[in-house]
Amino acid sequence: MSGTESVAFDTPRRERRADTFAMWVFIGSEAMLFGAIFLVFLVAHIDFGPAFAAASKRLSLPLGTFNTAVLITSSFTMALAHGLALHRRWRATIWALVATAALGVCFLIVKGIEYGKEIAEGLAPLLGLPFRYAGPDPVHAEFFFGLYFAMTSLHALHLIGGIVVIAGMIALWGAASPANRLRRVVAIGLYWHFVDIIWVFMFPVLYLINR
Amino acid sequence: MSFGIPFFPQEASSEAGQVDALFYTLLAFSVVLGLALTGLVVGYAVKYRVGSKADRTGKRSRSLPLEMSWTVASLVIAFIFFGWGAALFVRRDHPPADALEITGLGKQWMWEFRQPGGQREINELHVPVGKAVVVSLAAQDVIHSFYVPAFRIKQDAVPGRTTHIWFIATEPGRYHLFCAQYCGTQHSEMGGWVTVMAPEQYAAWLNSQAEGETLAAGGEKLFRALGCSGCHGASSKVRAPSLDGIFGRPVALDNQQTVIADERYLRDSILNPKKEIAAGYEPVMPSFDGLIDEGELQMLLAYLKSLSPQPTAGARP
Amino acid sequence: MTNVAMPGTYLGDGTGPRAWLLTTDHKRVAWLYLISLTAFFFLGGAMAVLMRIELATPAGDLVSDDVYNRLFSLHGIIMVWFFLVPSIPATLGNFLLPLMIGARDLAFPRLNLASWYVFIFGSLFALFAVVAGGVDTGWTFYTPLSTLYANGWVSTAAFGVFIVGFSTIMTGINFIVSVHTLRAPGLTWFRLPIFVWTLYATSLVMVLATPVLAASLILIVLERVFGIGVFNPDLGGDPLLFQHLFWFYSHPAVYIMILPGMGVVSEVLPCFSRRPLFGYNAVAISSMAIAVFGFLVWGHHMFVSGQSAYAGVVFSFLSFCVAIPSAIKVFNWSLTLRKGEISFETPMLYALFFLALFTFGGLAGLFLAALAVDVHVHDTYFVIAHFHYIMVGGMVTAYMAGLHFWWPKLTGRMYSETAGRIAAIVTFVGFNLTFFPQFVLGFDGMPRRYHTYPPEFQFWNVLSSAGAVVLAIGYLMPLFYLGWSLFHGARAPDNPWNATGLEWQTSSPPPPHNFETMPIVTRPAYAYDMKGLEHERFSPHREEAAP
Repeated sequence: MSGTESVAFDTPRRERRADTFAMWVFIGSEAMLFGAIFLVFLVAHIDFGPAFAAASKRLSLPLGTFNTAVLITSSFTMALAHGLALHRRWRATIWALVATAALGVCFLIVKGIEYGKEIAEGLAPLLGLPFRYAGPDPVHAEFFFGLYFAMTSLHALHLIGGIVVIAGMIALWGAASPANRLRRVVAIGLYWHFVDIIWVFMFPVLYLINR
Repeated sequence: MSFGIPFFPQEASSEAGQVDALFYTLLAFSVVLGLALTGLVVGYAVKYRVGSKADRTGKRSRSLPLEMSWTVASLVIAFIFFGWGAALFVRRDHPPADALEITGLGKQWMWEFRQPGGQREINELHVPVGKAVVVSLAAQDVIHSFYVPAFRIKQDAVPGRTTHIWFIATEPGRYHLFCAQYCGTQHSEMGGWVTVMAPEQYAAWLNSQAEGETLAAGGEKLFRALGCSGCHGASSKVRAPSLDGIFGRPVALDNQQTVIADERYLRDSILNPKKEIAAGYEPVMPSFDGLIDEGELQMLLAYLKSLSPQPTAGARP
Repeated sequence: MTNVAMPGTYLGDGTGPRAWLLTTDHKRVAWLYLISLTAFFFLGGAMAVLMRIELATPAGDLVSDDVYNRLFSLHGIIMVWFFLVPSIPATLGNFLLPLMIGARDLAFPRLNLASWYVFIFGSLFALFAVVAGGVDTGWTFYTPLSTLYANGWVSTAAFGVFIVGFSTIMTGINFIVSVHTLRAPGLTWFRLPIFVWTLYATSLVMVLATPVLAASLILIVLERVFGIGVFNPDLGGDPLLFQHLFWFYSHPAVYIMILPGMGVVSEVLPCFSRRPLFGYNAVAISSMAIAVFGFLVWGHHMFVSGQSAYAGVVFSFLSFCVAIPSAIKVFNWSLTLRKGEISFETPMLYALFFLALFTFGGLAGLFLAALAVDVHVHDTYFVIAHFHYIMVGGMVTAYMAGLHFWWPKLTGRMYSETAGRIAAIVTFVGFNLTFFPQFVLGFDGMPRRYHTYPPEFQFWNVLSSAGAVVLAIGYLMPLFYLGWSLFHGARAPDNPWNATGLEWQTSSPPPPHNFETMPIVTRPAYAYDMKGLEHERFSPHREEAAP
């Protein structure tokens, strides 16, 4: 009835408010997930500070910095999409969304290159790959790289989820009413900014702890 | 007295009576409050059953004074029980200085104990009556828990750290020793007996055991066999800190911090020497992680502690 | 099935598997959950009965130690994550929340259906783990046993629990948003039924605690599959870190399990006493207080784990604090009966039994919060008895109370009152016979998770095992008479108990979108003392309640 997706709502406006609220609740939930992982990292860092600092220097700062810039730019294009959608400039909105997703893919490619480099250098203690590390305290350096792969891949998974949702939105764009288009852009926008912010915390914690 | 049905566990340690005093107070409180509430609900249910002629004037569905008073009363009672339980609990951290120190090692699925004189026991622990005993616990594989119900004590043994439990046995006899933390297939078989003996019998029992070397003596042999003495020994050429009297002393680290050389520090320094480096020394010591097992580590720790003038139970983490 | 589906109601709105499996109607999703959860309840229950039979003798003569360990591990995993956590919220909550707030559906109907599919997907992993050979870590997955030494299907089971966590979070978000945005005109926060308050509090805990469990399970799977040693002491990890993470979720999860039960009882007691709930505000606020305090007491599972004594003291203090809101509720429920017109239909019997069992189970909690006593009874049968008094005596009893209370609304049918009362009494007797002896066993020092035990513990174990059989009969009975009523029960009036909630103002069963005309609320909840409802009981005809 009256252009809402859920039968529970009378007006699209109320439904959009509910959507936004739901996304905030979801973000609260996600924050607890990443919070727990960050806490684990923090505890380990307190215990093995020097080993972690030394291991951190083996990460690629240029690639990490580049990726941070890429993600911040994607947040900007996402904000652009939101603003354009509010003014019902749908074609421009689509282009902003495409740009956001493309930047996300770019981030993943760079991250993949980085992973490849680390695997080639023997810094990936995964799946029985050889771990070669010349610095002090290799045991805890291995622990650092374990956490590094766990945290960054969890973040990458969230990013992939966001890209898939954007792709799905664009695919269903024609069938959606203007109200639904706006709802979806607002909701995915919130999510995208959140995933971006997680990286903004992760980058200094992993790459910059002792530089 | 109870037709062979066990209602109450035996009390066989200095702690048991005090824990039971709190337990029975809680029990009395719970029974009184529980029965009072049950009586109230049953009484209401009968009196105000549908169709009864009970007086129903003066109904209320809230009463601030009443609600405030039961909230405050609950708080006060809760805090009394909290304080009582906590006061007994914090004593766990303060064993008497003259306590007998026995090491216990949990592994799937047995307990291995070493008396101070080096006598080894498996799933049996002999202790003298009336003397404080500290059991320092380690675990070889997974988490175990040292539990003697008659003593009302329990402590987990956790891989990678040393934990402690102490007690003063008060009644000679044989008491169950259990593993209380689920540890795999034969968890329920992991246990045995604690035998409490009169001091003279305990001494006689110790003598009757095969003359094992003491834990510290075994540690000293390991100290040489593993090559520790090559660097830490008095006449070594490599610069490494002397370990005489190290236990319980503050150690300056190269990161401007100071730590007390407790069991945690010594354990870490053997297994993970690069973590905390004594100020003024090069980080050249190799890790012994994987080269020695928990039992050997316990021997080394006992040796290092024996180098201190007062190898007491103080200075615990 | 034609006599089950009533035309004009949600039950008649399309039959056949498609209409049910692709439904977005919250009332039908509730049924999907109800059927799956019932299956899991009896699966987990069968494991419990097997364990109790094994424990009738001190020796391990029925099953081997390996099988026994798998039984209690899977019993815990299934009962906690595949029954108790979703039990009331996903079934009764799903069905009733929109009705109680006067909405046509939950805020996100498709998310609601998706949550069921996610639940089923996750449960497939758990069932696969059962069939393929089981898990022997205990439901607590303690490291390093679960990561380095266990040889069962740990990753599969943990992954199943992880997936089910998503379904929990989906339900939680849906409920929170619905309560915020879909309340009927005039339905202010302090006019909400307590059941809605408790579902709201539960949802908050679900949304904020479940991800921490997800994180710890991810880390376990990473350790098992990829070798990342966060909890492995040999790699610098810390086994106790897992316990902190795990209990940070699992203690609040205890409140996920009990809060909705408290809500159900807060509906049933006023209805059958014809009195408003005593101290409504205090009950509502204490529900929220429990949800918040529940996040601060996880360390009381670790008093003897090697965490510092100071941490133990702080956690003990907070644990005593969290007892206060529960105590307040018990007092309020008891006083609700005062000067009422009390009758003892099946839901009321269950609710009164809940009150008794929850009170005694809660009092046992004081023993466990008191540090020195906990040192003795931790990891013994005392703990088992305590949490079964709360989880089974409390939560499952409340679930049965709610199921019988709202059965006429769910199905449009009445069940046999006699059978219902007998089942309630059999359950109560069987429950106490099963679990009271375990308090004594625990105090006597019998550790939990023991496949064999010293012979002096046998007396109490035999009593407990006998009780388990009685209890099983008590739980099987409703399966038959409720199932029978589905087809042959008398048609239920719209408001058979003459209750005040909005859910009783629509027809039984409700139409597809719940209300013919959307309700407007002008009264507080539980207005049993207001004109028009006083002294009215069981009118055979439909009451036309004022909108």
